[in-house]
Formats: sequence, structure tokens, C-alpha cells
Amino acid sequence: MRLHVVTGKGGTGKTTVAGALALALAADGGSVLLVETEGRQGIAQLFDTPPLPYEERRVAVARGHGEVKALAIDVEEALLDYLDMFYNLRRAGRALRKMGAIDFATAIAPGLRDVLITGKIKEAVTRRRDGRPVYDAVVVDAPPTGRITRFLGVTAEMSQLARSGPIKTQSDGVMAVLRSPQTAVHLVTLLEDMPVQETADAIAELTKAGLPVGSVVVNMATEPALPPAELERAARGLLTGADLAPSLAAAHVPGGTAVADALAAEVADHARRWASQHALRDDVEALGRPIVELPLMAGPMDLGSLFEQAARLEDHLRAEVVERTGA
Amino acid sequence: MSAVGAEEPGFTRTAGRPARPAPLATPMDLAALIADPETRILVCCGAGGVGKTTTSAALALAAAEAGRTVVVLTIDPARRLAQSLGLVELDNEPRQVDISGGTTRDATGELHAMMLDMKRTFDDIVVAHSTPERAEQILANPFYQSLSSSFSGTQEYMAMEKLGQLRATEQWDLIIVDTPPSRSALDFLDAPNRMSRFLDGPMIRLLTAPSRAGLKFVSAGFLVFSRIISKVLGGQLLRDISAFVTALDTMFGGFRERATATYELLRRPGTWFVVVATPEPDALREASYFVDRLSTEGMPLAGLVINRTHPPATTALSATRAEGAAEEVAEAGGAGAELAAAALRVHAERMVQAAREQHLADRFTSAHPEVCVRTVPATAGDVHDLDGLRLMGAELTGSDADTPTGTPRTRILPARRR
Repeated sequence: MRLHVVTGKGGTGKTTVAGALALALAADGGSVLLVETEGRQGIAQLFDTPPLPYEERRVAVARGHGEVKALAIDVEEALLDYLDMFYNLRRAGRALRKMGAIDFATAIAPGLRDVLITGKIKEAVTRRRDGRPVYDAVVVDAPPTGRITRFLGVTAEMSQLARSGPIKTQSDGVMAVLRSPQTAVHLVTLLEDMPVQETADAIAELTKAGLPVGSVVVNMATEPALPPAELERAARGLLTGADLAPSLAAAHVPGGTAVADALAAEVADHARRWASQHALRDDVEALGRPIVELPLMAGPMDLGSLFEQAARLEDHLRAEVVERTGA
Repeated sequence: MSAVGAEEPGFTRTAGRPARPAPLATPMDLAALIADPETRILVCCGAGGVGKTTTSAALALAAAEAGRTVVVLTIDPARRLAQSLGLVELDNEPRQVDISGGTTRDATGELHAMMLDMKRTFDDIVVAHSTPERAEQILANPFYQSLSSSFSGTQEYMAMEKLGQLRATEQWDLIIVDTPPSRSALDFLDAPNRMSRFLDGPMIRLLTAPSRAGLKFVSAGFLVFSRIISKVLGGQLLRDISAFVTALDTMFGGFRERATATYELLRRPGTWFVVVATPEPDALREASYFVDRLSTEGMPLAGLVINRTHPPATTALSATRAEGAAEEVAEAGGAGAELAAAALRVHAERMVQAAREQHLADRFTSAHPEVCVRTVPATAGDVHDLDGLRLMGAELTGSDADTPTGTPRTRILPARRR
């Protein structure tokens, strides 16, 4: 697997997962490119680096001389590259940019943006130096689930609009890579109704478009604080302050029954929250994809917790490979 | 560890946090705002995934139960929420929602809901502004079809357009608009202008009909451009655009005019913006941009809703004290010790989370001290029925101090003593 496309509903933490996945793939000496497609500099924030230019730049090192480079794709620059590559027109391209023409061109052809971005991704995946690929893996922080199939499936739209011309040829080439077995589209979800529903919809759409679906990443999963029986009792509202008061009093916890009742209410809330999340695990299972859960991190996301998430993804990737090779 | 003595209310101090307290946020009185007959339009905006649609629907229901005739324009509601509003499919007409299950006796108010169908809204504009034959030509044009269903900004533009239409009917006391789930909250304000600039712009005219625009403007640079566009995109697309523009010719000018008119509507008295965010850095950053933008544009901001907060049920026990007590209880053992220790840990986690959320809210208020704030606690499950909307409505419109812990609704945790 060389190209990992990470998508998810807004707010599910797909940028964080993409970052952790890049670190996981870079462990043990891998060279990985992490690509940002939406121009929001989320990767720079995640790795705590200055805003990324349109240039492949190292953002992290991993175990055993592994490294993660990051690239924030600038659509205008990508178009200029493209004009240069195909028509040797970089100078003219610069003049056009001054006229605002490039903005215009990306606006009149919905999908041109996506063609350019996926074109750049394909270039990075297939780039070779000294007879071997430059990157062991490319991880894409892709547009959200609602847009992912359109983003990846540019060919359909482009063949309709541009029935001839090099854009068509180019997008056909890109689709060949995206549809190949070396690609996987991973979906990040939370254990909440909307994200799970959108994940299911996206899987159906991707499958219909012939795009390879990878794993489902359940992000920000919480652990239950109580044993199952107590959890269920609390969720049904049967746990009261009176159940807690004696032990609290014995430990000199101040506040008396008021605090005991409040704690019981918080436990009930925790139990209900956990129950409603847990109920969605069945729906996630039903998607029929490999699943990996990443726990909710207590503090703000920093490089340390990112490496923790990466370690979990590494285990998952290893298990996946074992599963697939039937070992 | 000993855990005796009076516990100071408030929260544990995290190392490195500056001691200077953040300014206190001003409460937001949404109950008065939605009941006020002068309030005609309420726009809920914010980053994707923060609960804009639910907030819009909850406010609409609360306004209807306060006696107003309300329509809520939703953009992309969750399936179950849509069903609870009686919306089963994309449907461009408002449908009345049966709200008789509520506790309000004087059911003078009405709630109507609709889901935006952007393609149909666009088609309707085309049909309304051209002859039948011409409309047919436009609707069949591949470039138009692509533009009307996928141009980035079409959804925002059509949401604005629909808002203008709803307002023009004078059928509603109050229109509540949910904004499209775009990456940036600012897109809602920017997209319509961008789109009308595009459709009306000189570029599209030059590109498709240089002769009409007057040959003297056609520079050598433009000819190069036109050649490249044609090379890159293929000749067919240019022909489609050309046909589209020719067919649309009579409507041109209309686009910009309409977008401008609706944009102005947002500046008129009676329109209010409610910015929605979750207590997360990204969502609050978006809210911050949006607040700045509204103030630049002179658009009235009702305030910020911080949705899905996690206030603790008691603030009398700090996270550190609860952690310590949990250890102590577990060590002491005995019946119920395990349970009590778990409860104390649940509370400790809750306090930490609440402190983090309050810290983020404080950061926002430091930067925007003038913005009114209302926090809305997270519910255990998703809101997907009228009862859930009612509960959320109560959280949005209830009086500021009316909470179980007495913590004002501007906050997640009580302010530290000054």
C-alpha cells in the first residue's frame, strides 16, 4: 500500500489521523510525504511548524531514520507546474496569474482544482529516483467525506466536461493510480450518529465509483470508567448519591450528600454517553471494513500524543498486512 | 493524602496558565431576541460540525412556541433530525411542522421547515428570468448543469437567494437560516459575491464572445490565455460555456443585482447573526474570524453559542482533590469503594475537560470582550426529535443564572475570585 487517502466528516480529526498515519508509516526508516489539499495549514499547526510553502519540507523524524515531509498544495502553483510540464508555458502562466486568469480558470471548471491536486498526488506517488520510488508512502489529508468521491473521481466529471484535451488524458492517468490496489481511502469517524452515517454513505459512494476503501478509524473513543453491570445501572439512572455517600464520607470528601448526588449524576451522564457511543460500534462493525480505535487524548494534541496515536496505527497496519497475506 | 478542609470553589490551576483572569463574557439573551417582533432574520453560522442545524432548529422551535410564525431554512440536516421536522427529502418549499406536543398552551405560533435544494433553486431563477425555450436551452447545457450542482459557492449563493425569496413573501415573522457546511464560516458571506462576480465578470464575456466586448480590449495576452484555456480544458467546454453565456445573456446583470440585494438584506435592521462553535481550538478560531468579519461589514452579531460544553454537576470538588480522594477511597476498600472511586475519577476527568473548555472560551473573550456568550451543554446522545430540540431550546434561551450549579450560562466553570 503506497497511497493512503484520509477523509472524514468535519470535526472528526482527519488531519490528526493523517499526521499520525504518516508517522506510523515512516517508522523504521520510511520516507513519507504528507499532503495537504485544503489550504488550511492544518499540518503546520499539527506539527507546530511555520506555515508550509508549496514545497516538500521535512516536518518530523521517526524511529530508525524515518522521515515525514509535508506539502501544502497551492492550486495556482500546481497549474503553473502543469502548464510548464505540458506546454513549456511557465512564463505565460505568470502573466496570466497577474491578470487573475488562473483564478478564473480554476473557477470555470469545477473539478479543475481537484484534477490539479490529485495530479500532483499521483506525481508524488509515482516519482522515482535511481530506479526506486522517492516515497515509500504518500498520505493525503483529503477533503471531507461529503466531497471525497467527487474529489477522487474527477474523471467522470472531467470526461463529461472536457471530452477531449490533455486534462482528460491526465485525469485518466490519475484514476489509474487511485483505483489501483496500492491505494486505500481511510475514513475517520467518531462514535456519533452523523459521522457514522456519513462514513456509511461515503463507503457506498466510493465503492460505486470503483475506489478502494481502506480502514475505518474510530477517533476520540472513550473508555468506560465502570464495570459493565454498574455502567448499565448508572445509564438507567439507578445509581444514586446514596450508593456513593458512605465511601466518600469515609475518605473525608467534603460536600456531603450534595456532592454525592452530583457525582452520581456525572456517572449517569458518563454511562449514557458511553452507551450511546457503544451502540454505534455495531453500526461501524456493519460497515465490514477493518477498524482501528484511537482513544480520546486528555490534553490538547501535541507531538507526543501524535506519536502515541501513530503507535496504535502502526499496530493496526501490521495486523492488516498479516491478515491480507494470510500469515 | 489528606483531603480535609473547605474546598475553594472553582477549578484547579494548570501549571503555566497566567494568573490574570480573563474578562467576563456578557450574557446573551436569545429568548428576548427571538421573541422580539423587530427580529426578522437570524443567521446561524460557524465551522462545519458544530451543530448549526440543530441550533437553528432549536431556536426556530423556541420562537414558534413563543408565538411567532417561523420558517427555518436548513441546508444539510442529519437524516433523523430532518425526519423529526417532517422533512423526508430535498424539498424546496416550507412545510409546517406539528409542534402541538409542546407544553405551551397558546399555540399561536407556527413552525415551518424546509431543506434547501440548490439545483432546483438555481433552475427556478433561470426559469423565472427567461423565456421557456431559452430556459430549456440553459437547463440542458452541460456547463450549466455542472455549475448549478458543483460550483464551489453555489450552495451559499442559493441559500442567500432562498433567504431573499422567503423574506420577500412577507409570510414569516422570523426566518432562521442555517448556513452551508463549508470549510470556512466566511464562505457564506463571500461565495455569493464571488459567484456573481464570476457570472457577470468581464472574463467570462471576453472568453466567450470577444467581439461583443469590443475588440480594443482584446490584448495579445488575452489571446494567449484563450488559447491555453482551450488547450487545457478542451474545446468542447469552451463551446458549452459560450452557448451557456449566450443563452443567459438577458439574465446577466441580474445575478449581481440579486446577490447584492440579498447581501444588503443581511445588513438591514432586524437581521442578527448567531455564531456557533464547539469548545475546540479550530471551531473557536473560525468563530473569531467570523466575528471580525461581521464587525467589518457592519453586520449585527447577537453573540456566540459555545455548543457541546461539559460543565460538571458540582464545582465544589477540584480535579486534584477528586483524584486524591479516588486513591484514598480505593485504598480504604470496603463495599462500594470501587464504585465511589470510579465516580471520583469520572468527576476529575470532567473537571479537567471543563477547565480546558473554559480556557478556550476565555481566550475567545479576551480577544472579543464585546461578544455575548451562551454555553450549551452536550447531551449524551444526538438531538433528533422535537423533545430534544425543546431541551436544547431551553438551554439556549433559559435565563443566564438558572443552572443546577449556579454557574452562569456564559461559562462552563465559575469565574475565579478576583
